[in-house]
Amino acid sequence: MSVLKEILSTSATRAFLSILMGFLVGAIFMMVSGEEVGEALDSGGLGDAFAAALMTVADGYGALFRGSIFNTRADDLATAIRPLTETLRLGAPLIAAGLGISLGFRVGLFNIGGNGQMVFGILWATWVSTRMELPIVLHMIAAVVVAILGAALWGALVGFLKAQTGAHEVILTIMLNYVSIYLFTWFIRNPNLLQQVEAGGTPKSDAPAVTAQLPQLFPGTYSLHLGFILAILAAITYWWLMERSAIGYRFRMVGHNPHAARTAGISVERTYVYAMAVSAAFLGVAGANQALGTQVPYTETVHAGIGFDGITVALLGGGSAVGIFFAGLLFGAFKAGGPQMQVIGVSPEVLGIVQGAIVLFIAAPPLVRALFRLPSLSSTPALDRFRARFQRKGASS
Amino acid sequence: MKLELQGMTKRFGPVVANDDISLVVEPGQIHALLGENGAGKSTLMNLLYGLYQPDEGRILLDGVEQKFSGPGDAMDAGIGMVHQHFMLVPVFSVAENVVLGNEPSTRWGSLDLATARERVQEISARFGFDIDPDAIIEDLPVGIQQRVEIVKALAREARVLILDEPTAVLTPQETDELMEIMRQLAAEGTSIVFITHKLREVKAVADVVTVIRGGKVIDSVSPESSVGELASLMVGREVDLTVNKSAPQLGDVVLEVRDLVVVDDRQQKVIDGISLDVRAGEVLCLAGVEGNGQTAFAETLLGLRQVTSGSIILGGQDITDDSVRDVLEAGVGYIPEDRKKDGLVGDFTLEENFMTDGSFSRPWTKGLSIDFASRHDTSTDLIERFDIRTPSSTTLAKKLSGGNQQKVVVARELTRDLKLFIAAQPTRGVDVGSIEFIHEQIIATRDRGIPVVIISTELDEVYGLADRIAVMYRGRIVAIVPPTTTREQMGQMMAGILPEGIAA
Amino acid sequence: MSTTVTPGIFSLADAKVSWKAPWFMAFFSVVVFVGFGVLGRREPVEYSLTRDDANFVLPPIEAMSHVVGLTLGVILLAITALAFAWVVRKRPVPLWWSLVFGLIAITALLGWLAAGDRVPVAFLLANAIVLAIPIMFGGMAGVMSERVGVVNIAIEGQLLTGAFVAAVVSTLTGNLYIGLIAAMIAASLVSMVLAVFAVRYLVDQIIVGVVLNVLVIGVTNFLYSQWLTQDAATTNAPGTFPVVSLPILSDIPILGPVFFENRITVYLAFVAVPLLWYILFRTRFGLRARAVGEYPMAADTMGVGVAATRFWWVVMGGALAGLGGAALTIGNVGAFGKEMTQGQGFIALAVVILGRWHPFYMSAAALLFGFSIILRVWANQVSPGIPTDFIIMVPYLVTIIAVVGFVGRVRPPAAVGKPYVKE
Repeated sequence: MSVLKEILSTSATRAFLSILMGFLVGAIFMMVSGEEVGEALDSGGLGDAFAAALMTVADGYGALFRGSIFNTRADDLATAIRPLTETLRLGAPLIAAGLGISLGFRVGLFNIGGNGQMVFGILWATWVSTRMELPIVLHMIAAVVVAILGAALWGALVGFLKAQTGAHEVILTIMLNYVSIYLFTWFIRNPNLLQQVEAGGTPKSDAPAVTAQLPQLFPGTYSLHLGFILAILAAITYWWLMERSAIGYRFRMVGHNPHAARTAGISVERTYVYAMAVSAAFLGVAGANQALGTQVPYTETVHAGIGFDGITVALLGGGSAVGIFFAGLLFGAFKAGGPQMQVIGVSPEVLGIVQGAIVLFIAAPPLVRALFRLPSLSSTPALDRFRARFQRKGASS
Repeated sequence: MKLELQGMTKRFGPVVANDDISLVVEPGQIHALLGENGAGKSTLMNLLYGLYQPDEGRILLDGVEQKFSGPGDAMDAGIGMVHQHFMLVPVFSVAENVVLGNEPSTRWGSLDLATARERVQEISARFGFDIDPDAIIEDLPVGIQQRVEIVKALAREARVLILDEPTAVLTPQETDELMEIMRQLAAEGTSIVFITHKLREVKAVADVVTVIRGGKVIDSVSPESSVGELASLMVGREVDLTVNKSAPQLGDVVLEVRDLVVVDDRQQKVIDGISLDVRAGEVLCLAGVEGNGQTAFAETLLGLRQVTSGSIILGGQDITDDSVRDVLEAGVGYIPEDRKKDGLVGDFTLEENFMTDGSFSRPWTKGLSIDFASRHDTSTDLIERFDIRTPSSTTLAKKLSGGNQQKVVVARELTRDLKLFIAAQPTRGVDVGSIEFIHEQIIATRDRGIPVVIISTELDEVYGLADRIAVMYRGRIVAIVPPTTTREQMGQMMAGILPEGIAA
Repeated sequence: MSTTVTPGIFSLADAKVSWKAPWFMAFFSVVVFVGFGVLGRREPVEYSLTRDDANFVLPPIEAMSHVVGLTLGVILLAITALAFAWVVRKRPVPLWWSLVFGLIAITALLGWLAAGDRVPVAFLLANAIVLAIPIMFGGMAGVMSERVGVVNIAIEGQLLTGAFVAAVVSTLTGNLYIGLIAAMIAASLVSMVLAVFAVRYLVDQIIVGVVLNVLVIGVTNFLYSQWLTQDAATTNAPGTFPVVSLPILSDIPILGPVFFENRITVYLAFVAVPLLWYILFRTRFGLRARAVGEYPMAADTMGVGVAATRFWWVVMGGALAGLGGAALTIGNVGAFGKEMTQGQGFIALAVVILGRWHPFYMSAAALLFGFSIILRVWANQVSPGIPTDFIIMVPYLVTIIAVVGFVGRVRPPAAVGKPYVKE
């Protein structure tokens, strides 16, 4: 088979096609619920309605583009690429979350508890950033470290319970989400603890101290901050951990075949604890992003659903650091472009549908193959030869 | 009923598992299908039973062509199968298993278990089985479970009965009883297809022998042919089935097991007080019908099971409560019984599989990272030394044949620094060429001065490899005997009886 | 199916009995005795057993809160002592003994919370049942699905679908029964996606379940913002089913009104649970289904269609989950709210495990959760001293404790989660 045909059948192509179809599904929802479409149907009939539908979709996705990549209506270049910086800023925590959840998947763990782990780490980070005073760089580092460790602890708890009692981590992580978020709420409701100084009755934290905030990368011009660099570092760490390190090798072994791992001397129980802790640590990076990348007070919704979105990022990213990086950026673009869509009257929640549809198609390779008549590949000899020219190492998944 | 297969072909991707196979089984005939592991016998029977669909070929019953879309059709046509791995739902009762798919019921769909029980008792009585229809399958001994499999096939009024490797789990005496049952059924007009790789059984009970090799029919011969002839047909070359080995050079005692008791999670004493010694330079074989605690013993030695009381001492060091990793590092090499489940990671490459129990040190890792260059070199070397047939060292393990997969596991274990080598069912599901190779490796290890413990249910292998044989029954050792013990005495010990003249 | 040991032929070691039960009991006895008794509140509390407007009014039981704590604490300590006595003699603590303990401990808890006020027993029980119904239907969906070997993480999405469709269709058609049926159909369509993906495409069932939840939340949120909130009167004002009082039965003292004065969604649950039990354990459909969930290959060799069985049971389960979702809106509060299921679909999963995949025990566990939900509502009103945030956590903490404390002892259907591959 030719290289081209094999490329068309790989997971990268499938990812691309899934994204395309996700947008299609979103387009359908936009068309069906657009006001202009309904009006055109009443007044002009089917042809007009169809034209109006296409306009709605074009407007909607156009706004998305303008809000997330390039603002075609800006006056100068600097303003025009602002949306892109917003995409990077909003994509950073999604990347980190996706990395953590993907790591869990590869060890055979379904970490649905991202939000709770983030918030537990944020609990500690809030303490450091609002109730402690430290010199400038140290303060930020301490807050970030504490966010990561706190989240890791919450994850390790799940791993421990699973290892000791065999309880399923899906139920545990979801329940602990609620526990963590309500715990944080209590903390920020209590003036003796973390509540904002002038909050009154509402549960709110203080803004993080300036010395603890993640510094801006382009002060004054854009809002992009160090969080993006943290995400890049996280991606590199993930890659090294899973592809190059012995620990990652053992993680993958347990994920593929825990029986063989046990017979090879690896403690599967301890692996679950470590893996959940590391997975949650990545989510802690996302948490640091949320708690320290802001200059205003926040509430218990500071997690912004990122722990859950991270699942879709992980699924779209297909397990590789690069894939997750770009998947995170894609969904970051959705978050950045949402407000622009709202301005023209399209509910940004349609992007939630797009996101879900993309992942549904990704999760079913045979479905996409069937729809596009792509062959099923058991091996890719042509591509392998192509790749072999650039590769010396023999790692698999 | 006369069964005819014409030109049956089945492909799995590039592999042709059955290549234009034709076969005739007359009514009342016991037709043996002989072939080594991987020859394609089970695939053929799955085609016949409707579990697979053939790519080409026809099935005829009494001259009428049949099309089976599933086992239901095959059963309706009168074909019954006794599977190698029993198709019994462990948590159901005997009666429920027997009527599954063809349940007697009232108008609204309610189960009529009373009628089901009657059916079971009726068929059991015909053969002198004594089966309680309400017994739960997972509580029954393996020999009884097999009888339930037979009753299940007969309850659907099978006129062609296929038995797939039925004797793996039976003592020699139980095997004889099974053959009596086969003869009785054949006399009543049932056609019997008996799949096996054991020459002895073929000669004992078959009317006709068809030899299959590499997916093709080689020949149909009479069972009067000599064992040597049958073996050559089966393997394709002159085969010497005996293992060549010299007398053992015995050294000091390396492994001491004292009064070992191991209790499982159902409170059963799967090891009920075992004591034995193994010396450097000898092969000790643990024989016995599968399910009497042999595998549990191996798992306990490795540290996979917790010891309730007693001790295990390796080279003077107490390893009784050590973790698996500590036991491996103390110098124990282990070939697990189920290589796909416990021995290999199918989705890993060969390189990655070679390092499963060595990922903490050289040559596989350097510090915290994997040493890719060193791993590649070591892997290439192992593949060559152990004659592992594979496209490359980065092929996924699941793509290899059973024999080559086993060689990967053997290569991994035997090239470590060993004080003791344990192998459970080392040649199960392995082709003859690889069997020979693995046997040679085992003897070579013994001759290097390392004590070897083999667990095997294949008596031929036990006789071939062992310097001493320990027969296990119900978690205890009945006796430890030399390989000069007769088969009949062996059979008695496997059933728990201590024959005269043998010391416990 | 090779066995490493053949059961039934080995000699037995002494039984090993778990000490978990007596130690848990000891801990909670001390909590009750000390926390509710010695350090308890010195105010009177009144247990009213019947509603004030019931036909048969029983006099309320009055006592001082801390006295209740002390007395019940002593009883609990006695129960614990007996439990220890059993375990020391290597006999396990029977489940019903733990249940008795649990009931008394809860009574003590109620007495402490309501110090200075009253414990409306009938009110709590009645609401426990009503709140348990969606979880019960979700649990039935989970049982049906897992018994045939399919993990159904999408119960949350199916409940939400049912809630949404029931509210909207009922409002649009003006007919609650049409809304109910539409909800069941919509939810079964959602589970059909799970069934197809899990059975035909052999995709990881948990991932498909998670994705379906994401999609349902996305779609319902979108439609809610874009459509329902713009025009609430014509899209999201369904009202609720009328409360129907069964003659004679609802006159039974204490429990009559609790069970027999309810909406149709509750009565449907009363019928569905035993019906599911019967089908699963007494008919040939149930036998085949269970075979598919335990050992699909064996079922296949006996002519049972594995894929078809899995498909239909998952889809039918989805319909029941839709009913449960409808119970949330037109069976209780009326209008639909964003993401109103609040994790109850996952509590349903926990309830399936706790109930050992058995419809009756699962329903009992669902009742426990229904009770914990009404408890948190009521405790908030009656005992404002305790931080709301901790009270809200109660159902989730109970789920964790239940799953962690009990899971080790249960055996799921053996083939659950594993797709069945045929050549």
